[in-house]
Amino acid sequence: MTMLTSMLAIENLHASVADKPILKGLNLTINAGEVHAIMGPNGAGKSTTGYVLGGRPGYEVTEGSATFNGQDLFALEPHERAASGLFLGFQYPVEIPGVSNLQFLREALNSQRKFHDLPPLSGGEFIKLAKEKAGLLKMDMDMLKRPVNVGFSGGEKKRAEMVQMGILDPKLAILDETDSGLDIDALRICGEGINAIMRKPDKAVLLITHYQRLLDYVKPDFVHVLAGGRIVKSGGPELALELEEAGYEGVA
Amino acid sequence: MTALPTRKAEAWRYADLAALEQLWPLAEPEAITVSAGGDYTRAILNTGGVIRITLTIEAKASATIHVLNASATYARVEIEATLHEGADFTLGGVQIAGGTQTAEIVATVRHIAPDATSRQILRSIAGGTATASVLGKVYVAKGADGTDGQQSMRAMLLDRTATANARPELEIHADDVQCAHGCAIGELDANGLFYLAARGIEPSRAKALMLQAFIAEGLDGAEDNLLAHAQAALEAVL
Ligand SMILES: Nc1ncnc2c1ncn2[C@@H]1O[C@H](COP(=O)(O)OP(=O)(O)O)[C@@H](O)[C@H]1O
Ligand SMILES: [Mg+2]
Repeated sequence: MTMLTSMLAIENLHASVADKPILKGLNLTINAGEVHAIMGPNGAGKSTTGYVLGGRPGYEVTEGSATFNGQDLFALEPHERAASGLFLGFQYPVEIPGVSNLQFLREALNSQRKFHDLPPLSGGEFIKLAKEKAGLLKMDMDMLKRPVNVGFSGGEKKRAEMVQMGILDPKLAILDETDSGLDIDALRICGEGINAIMRKPDKAVLLITHYQRLLDYVKPDFVHVLAGGRIVKSGGPELALELEEAGYEGVA
Repeated sequence: MTALPTRKAEAWRYADLAALEQLWPLAEPEAITVSAGGDYTRAILNTGGVIRITLTIEAKASATIHVLNASATYARVEIEATLHEGADFTLGGVQIAGGTQTAEIVATVRHIAPDATSRQILRSIAGGTATASVLGKVYVAKGADGTDGQQSMRAMLLDRTATANARPELEIHADDVQCAHGCAIGELDANGLFYLAARGIEPSRAKALMLQAFIAEGLDGAEDNLLAHAQAALEAVL
């Protein structure tokens, strides 16, 4: 019998923000090839979960553990977690004036390659890759020449994040409300982009969302309800539909 | 002005007087007039010495000056702008000082007639034992109603041994005036740093990119050559 190492194994995770306990015993295991969705009411701790896993300063782990492909995730610096294959899609992507998307992404990709002792990609190779991934998300190359997220609409920011994901090619994507602020076309484009980039046997996705609608495009294998800083219920895709009908109080 | 100034003079308080002595006496300021309704832009790259400009912006004319003080032992830019009715002036300035450098921008914006608008956006980065100073004054004359004068000064210190000075000053003799000034000597935006880290960018490069973002506002709309020099100066002090 072979032992399978799961992609992400979170055990009894407790975390505080500004000394206020937010996560209170979170357990979650995600294997390669799986798509999970975490749903839950506002303030449940969904974004906090993403930030804690990503290593955001100020989000303090007080108890429990998380391993990522067998590695102690919390022993790694945020940039090392990313280079190890963790991608955190932001609910509110940050604007960085004066730095173009292309410069940002090239720095990011080459920083990650350096972490793995790989040589940097040449300018030409990088542009080719960027064009391909931008095309996947129907994003104009001219947009990528503009400063990171500056002057982008809500939907453009989320599509830009998916372009970033395509270029960086992570193992695990934690996508925090990627569907918020998207109109129906952008929702479909992002959904198809997530499938094209991440629906692979050696990759996994954790979708954080309020609504069923993204899940129509990116079909989850497992759905979890987060409330009060813990998973209070888990099920298959049908759980998302139940939640949509009965609300969190009716189900959890 | 024939005698070498002393530190008692506000405008020279943070100057490198030893370097200044070598440059003394200074040439007369360059005088520029933007005639009524005209449009003027200028990029000033100062890699050493004192550059002085006296600018007169006539009625409904507009002027934009971008200044970069970089990579010199002593770099000082003095701008004195006088705004007539309905004139518009933008001063975007960036200074990047490392080692033992001294960099200063001394700006005086005089609103002498109604309805003129001005903004000064000045950004300093100082490392090593460098000193970067910004003195910016907005003067609003009696009767210059409807003036809008904005000043924003920010500085980043790369080392504890570096010094940044930021002195906004307002002198207002008119009513119905909107003037705001802000100054801050601070830290790089933590949200931005985490965003870059979350994409795998190592801390030293994340810092460099956030400094690039920090000076971007001061050089918004500046010509590519000035931006390229700023980028090179930034890499040199890191
Ligand atoms: N920076 C912060 N400082 C203090 N409290 C915070 C901070 N960030 C989040 N919280 C609190 O943590 C709880 C969970 O927030 P969050 O993870 O954003 O919820 P969700 O994403 O599920 O809506 C909320 O009660 C929120 O007020
Ligand atoms: Mg949230």
